[in-house]
Amino acid sequence: MSSPTPAHDNVVHSEPFLRSLMRRQLSLSIACAATFLLALLGMPLLNYFAPAFMATRVAGFTLSWLILGILFFPFVWIISYVFIKRSLRLEEDEVNEARR
Amino acid sequence: MNLPLALLNGVDPWIFGCSFLTVAVTLWMGFRSAKTSKTASDFFVAGRSVSVGWNASAISGEYLSAASFMGVAGMVMSSGYDALWYPVCYACGYLFLLLFIAGPLRRFGAYTIPDFAEGRFDSPLFRKIAVCFVLFIGFFYTMPQMKGAGVTLAYIFPGLPYWVGVVLVGAVITFNVALGGMKGITLVQAVQYWIKMFAISVPVFVLMAVVGFYNTQIGANLAPGETAAPVSSVERKPLVEKAPKDTAWIAPFGPLTTKAVTAAANALPAEQRPAFLAEHQKPYSLLYTYSLIIALVCGTAGLPHILVRFYTNPDGVAAKKTTMWVMILIGVFYVFPPVFGVIGRNLLPELYSGVGAKGTDKIVLELPTLISAKYGVVGSILSGITCAGAFAAFMSTFSGLLVSMTGALAHDVYGRMLRPKSQPAERMLAFKVAAVLIGGVAVALGCFVEPLEINFMVGQAFAIAAASYFPLLFMSVWWRGMTMKGAATGMLTGGLCALGAAALTNLGTLALDKGPMGKIFAGFAPLNGFWAQHPLLRILCEQPAIWTVPLAIGLMIVVSKATSAQVPADIRMKMLVLHAPEKLGLKQEYIQEHQAGAGH
Repeated sequence: MSSPTPAHDNVVHSEPFLRSLMRRQLSLSIACAATFLLALLGMPLLNYFAPAFMATRVAGFTLSWLILGILFFPFVWIISYVFIKRSLRLEEDEVNEARR
Repeated sequence: MNLPLALLNGVDPWIFGCSFLTVAVTLWMGFRSAKTSKTASDFFVAGRSVSVGWNASAISGEYLSAASFMGVAGMVMSSGYDALWYPVCYACGYLFLLLFIAGPLRRFGAYTIPDFAEGRFDSPLFRKIAVCFVLFIGFFYTMPQMKGAGVTLAYIFPGLPYWVGVVLVGAVITFNVALGGMKGITLVQAVQYWIKMFAISVPVFVLMAVVGFYNTQIGANLAPGETAAPVSSVERKPLVEKAPKDTAWIAPFGPLTTKAVTAAANALPAEQRPAFLAEHQKPYSLLYTYSLIIALVCGTAGLPHILVRFYTNPDGVAAKKTTMWVMILIGVFYVFPPVFGVIGRNLLPELYSGVGAKGTDKIVLELPTLISAKYGVVGSILSGITCAGAFAAFMSTFSGLLVSMTGALAHDVYGRMLRPKSQPAERMLAFKVAAVLIGGVAVALGCFVEPLEINFMVGQAFAIAAASYFPLLFMSVWWRGMTMKGAATGMLTGGLCALGAAALTNLGTLALDKGPMGKIFAGFAPLNGFWAQHPLLRILCEQPAIWTVPLAIGLMIVVSKATSAQVPADIRMKMLVLHAPEKLGLKQEYIQEHQAGAGH
């Protein structure tokens, strides 16, 4: 791969820029993933340790059926919406930083 | 012998008409777009000119396979709550793709995963290794699609043997792909999504309006700890002997996840059974559940036929937006199939005693006919609509898989390994030959899998992807210390372990079949005896992701550390291309020869 380096922006090709770039994006991704995994991996644990509570009826559904069969989808949409907004803002910042 | 007339015996004209229309429209669109797609680049990634809305519909259309349309409903009916993990993780797996992989992969500017594998590690050898998994995962994924085809045709033509349906549908789609390529497929896939959405939602609403809503249908089932079900207004048919009991069906850790322990308990003397079940049943099914979740969530992020579509986004921003829309489109879809399973349990329990093509996998097709008694032809029309949706489901996924597998064979094996100097015209011919070859193998495999559940087989394809491509992509994108040897060792070991485990599980299940498959695979029957002694091994074999994914990632880290001198020299530049915003103008097309060849 050849590097198409314009002489003026050495910032972009510096080690600190790459490090901060990856760290900021990864920490955003990990924060979103952690929220998601907490809920996803927490569900079986709730089913395991609180079966009576999860079998509570909510309008005919059991609580665990309602959460898994319906409520989980909008929950994930919210996470992905937040992620995309923040990650686009992050990219704007990075572009401004590099061009300064 | 008047075979054609005998076949039409007992065929409902409405059901036949709707299905025929779907197939005809699909073929017509394929042939029409074949005229407009001429260059090799058109065939491979549709010239990279697809808008977010079209692309999101097309990805969703390709993703919602026979497993989503027929399999999820069938499995919810047969196994209850535990089967809900499938639709949830199918949809939520996209989040992992969005968070960690979609943006960087698109920025890197490679066409396919093998392109990425070669570009990231500067290694043509690694490309060859990576290509194998496109085919491994692809074949595991096409088997359930073929079963969907066989089941649907056996439903429409009650006299037709299962394998005829498989051969017929396989042949039609193979020719469509060989003549249309991916440009055709993008348009076809997008339309197919909306056909499927219509075909699953409209019958659900009509059915619920007639027989009672989702919540009342669930409420008619007794939950653990209850003395009476909260809803008594639903007229349930008596459950057959093979059906799981209400309390096991509606609660977590039911028949799906406890199957191995139950089989082990049945092998014990009767007086030891209760103690054995009490000790092992719940912990083992928790393990099963976690392994399933890991397979589905990580597997979604490593499916080759889905990832190839991200290259049709103009840039990384569009790739992220597309993923968001895909999650919404498929999330809405996945609320519906379980409703069929729930209503089916209450009103059509005789399917529990059916096997193969006559079992619960056809609940989506058959359930709407229940309202025929009250509303006459409406039931047939609705059943025709769900059949049309089923056709859209297995046709779109099968053609998507065929395109990416054919792409791998024609673009990688032929165009880069066998004949690197081949002309574009020769490559086009290679694409067509490869399509017919792969279609033929997929049909042959599909003929054997009638006794296996559609949804379960798709889960296995995800488990293989989770242990091979997911670790490769995730680690290569975020860890600069990765070397080619580390990546190859991890991907091969994890992926092949998952592949072997999945194959063993299927052979064991096929040996249990009471039909012709049981005779063919009878040699594997002792496997089931072994598993009855060791239920834990059975679970680790049936759902291997819990050990294969960490194994793959662990090996990648260890081997890369050991060979750290071989990290590519320009790794910083590669990482910058993967992660820097495109506005900085670092984007470069990794594969340039094809673009030049395509006359960009």
